[in-house]
Amino acid sequence: MSAPFVSLRRCCQRSALLNISRRLWSSDSASPPPLHTRVLLYLTQRFYDVEMFLSWTSRLRRKGIQKKNAYYGFTQKYYGTDIAAAYYILSLKGGFRYVGQSEWFSADKRGTFNWGFLDHRETPLEEVNMSYTVINYRGLENLVDQKSLRSLSLRGCPQVDDWFLSRLHLFQDSLQELDISHCPHITIGGLAALSNLRGLRRLDVSSLPGISSPGLVIILLEEMLPQCKITATGYNHNLRQEEGEMKEEHMQAQR
Amino acid sequence: MSTWRGLHVKVRTAHGLLTATSRRVTQRHTWMYGHLTLCQSLSTGRPLRDDFFKDLEAQMVAMRKKVSLALPGSNWSPMEINPLLPPERADIVIVGGGVMGWSIAYWLKQKERVRGGVKVVVVEKDSTYSQASTVLSAGGIRQQFSLPENICLSLASAEFMRNINEHLGVLNEDPVDLQFNHSGYLFLASEEVAHIMQENYNTQRSIGAEVCLLSATQLKEKFPWMNTDGVALASYGLENEGWFDPWTLLNAFKRKAISLGAIQCYGEVTDFDYKTMVMTTAEGDDVDLRRIQSVKVQMSNSLEYQPVECAIVVNAAGAFSAKLTEKLGIGFGPKHSIDGVPLPVEPRKRYVYVFNCPDGPGLDTPFLVDYSGVYFRREGLGGNYIVGTSPVEAEEPDTSDLEVDHQFFEDKLWPHLASRVPAFEKLKVTSAWAGFYDYNTFDQNGIIGTHPLINNMYFATGFSGHGLQHSPAVGRSVAELILDGQFMTLNLSRLGFKRILSQEPMLEKNIV
Repeated sequence: MSAPFVSLRRCCQRSALLNISRRLWSSDSASPPPLHTRVLLYLTQRFYDVEMFLSWTSRLRRKGIQKKNAYYGFTQKYYGTDIAAAYYILSLKGGFRYVGQSEWFSADKRGTFNWGFLDHRETPLEEVNMSYTVINYRGLENLVDQKSLRSLSLRGCPQVDDWFLSRLHLFQDSLQELDISHCPHITIGGLAALSNLRGLRRLDVSSLPGISSPGLVIILLEEMLPQCKITATGYNHNLRQEEGEMKEEHMQAQR
Repeated sequence: MSTWRGLHVKVRTAHGLLTATSRRVTQRHTWMYGHLTLCQSLSTGRPLRDDFFKDLEAQMVAMRKKVSLALPGSNWSPMEINPLLPPERADIVIVGGGVMGWSIAYWLKQKERVRGGVKVVVVEKDSTYSQASTVLSAGGIRQQFSLPENICLSLASAEFMRNINEHLGVLNEDPVDLQFNHSGYLFLASEEVAHIMQENYNTQRSIGAEVCLLSATQLKEKFPWMNTDGVALASYGLENEGWFDPWTLLNAFKRKAISLGAIQCYGEVTDFDYKTMVMTTAEGDDVDLRRIQSVKVQMSNSLEYQPVECAIVVNAAGAFSAKLTEKLGIGFGPKHSIDGVPLPVEPRKRYVYVFNCPDGPGLDTPFLVDYSGVYFRREGLGGNYIVGTSPVEAEEPDTSDLEVDHQFFEDKLWPHLASRVPAFEKLKVTSAWAGFYDYNTFDQNGIIGTHPLINNMYFATGFSGHGLQHSPAVGRSVAELILDGQFMTLNLSRLGFKRILSQEPMLEKNIV
């Protein structure tokens, strides 16, 4: 990660040197150096300011995500927990289905949604689709009271991590389907926490980049959740890797 | 000039082989210095060489003088100074560069109002951390304590670890990956101690820890690989419990603290320079009040040392923190006086064994703590496990080294393991290590705060094995104590030194 900065700095230094050398060459120096040289020179003189600025932007981005995942306490107070959860899901551009209904409420790409969901007070949610949203650990607090949540899809959520998975024990009695495919931050440490979900029937763990030896992990998951059907696609089970694993297991067995 | 002469000598010795051009050079030199030199060099080379070295020395002196005249304000000196020496002056010296020390350093730097507001030096005696308790621990974190303070510390630490990249992320560096394993702790209780577990459970739930109680049948259902004979009740942590990589946490704290401006230094604190004032207590006894002026830091593997003048010393030396306070004369006074109470922390050796069992429990293995005191957890995915226990008081091993007693596993661990998990009848110990606990002999809990007789030393020690998991929260509390003057987020005043003076132990109601 540091490489681009180092190269930028080097580039800046070089441009500064060039600048100086040009000044030495042309003593009259009527024409100022080109714009990009001046910009780079300016930036190199302000290296720590740029660094500070970058850290501020990342902090602001984090704050923005936290704000989106804020606790909807006000809505809960006036409309109840179910409406608050529904509103939270819709404002994150997710979708859901109430218990006993076939209609899905979901937000479109621009974030607009049908306010008709307000008509269903005191109706818990049954299916929630949070795919490709920025839901995180803090936002999960809004869904805590959904005791009849049966299906949850978290496909491709960049903020879902192991701590998030460990908090899913809240739905341990009701949750049957879970989709956590394409989540970049999930590792084996979080998958171990899924053992608390006793009712799980279907689990999708496709294309998790954080898992080092997917073949072994999937076997272990199947062992841990015997009644659960586990979908795992998108992994490159090439022969050599499996051979290596087999050998390792064999060696351990010999030991 | 002397170099020319040296060249001349060389040229002279190889006279016969020289070409015309070099002969011209020789001649020119001869012309410069006269024939006398030539005669000398013909007789022998030695006096000339002596001259050369004498000259060199004189020239060096002249050069040094010149440089110091040219740069009067610089502290450049031709003598080589060890760059690893700590600075001569610092605001806060933290003794002990384990995870606790670096956590305190991080929080101090994080809480300072202006950049560079406090100058923090962390002194660690072992640069390889080969004997550090931090890295030799099993690396677990749990909320299942009985003291509210400990539960709060764990909750706060877990929250810290959850957002570790917001706290310890450094720009342009990789994010911190703790390798946290969310498998939870499982405590087993027998019939006699089940009521204690129930009480503890109530305390934990009231504070907000996500713990659930399991009966023996529920336990069997959830963990079919376990033999539940003798288990009356079990408590299982659902959230914020598990284990992580201590080395990563230590390095993350260190990296962040250094990036914020903390200074690290490898050396051992061998002595203090302190002032003593005689004060009179309300009862009319005279007591010595000490104030540390400077800390003597002895560099490792050398005779070099550096006194570091400082305002505040933090004692985070873990197992060796009592040694440090002894250097201030604490614990040598008459009995029943404040001076006579030593810091009740001593090193205790604990063995950790790694064994392999291919048929053992799989991914859902929790950090299991049996009522016999034996604990084990999974290590990686290849059927490896880590196991350990605390020996009884009378059989404490010798703490002079970190040798492992393999008989201990056979006698004390394996029977319990095999009876709890039948699959562990067949296992193979693959490796083992030993580490030190900073064992608080008084009540096995941390000591946080100041000593009444040392004006400017703060303790963060005596955690008796759960220092690693509490380090983020304790670091914050100690930083608050130093910079704000009081606890701001968590009230840990009950964990102060006062309880030792008044002989009121805060014992964990352990089920083991």
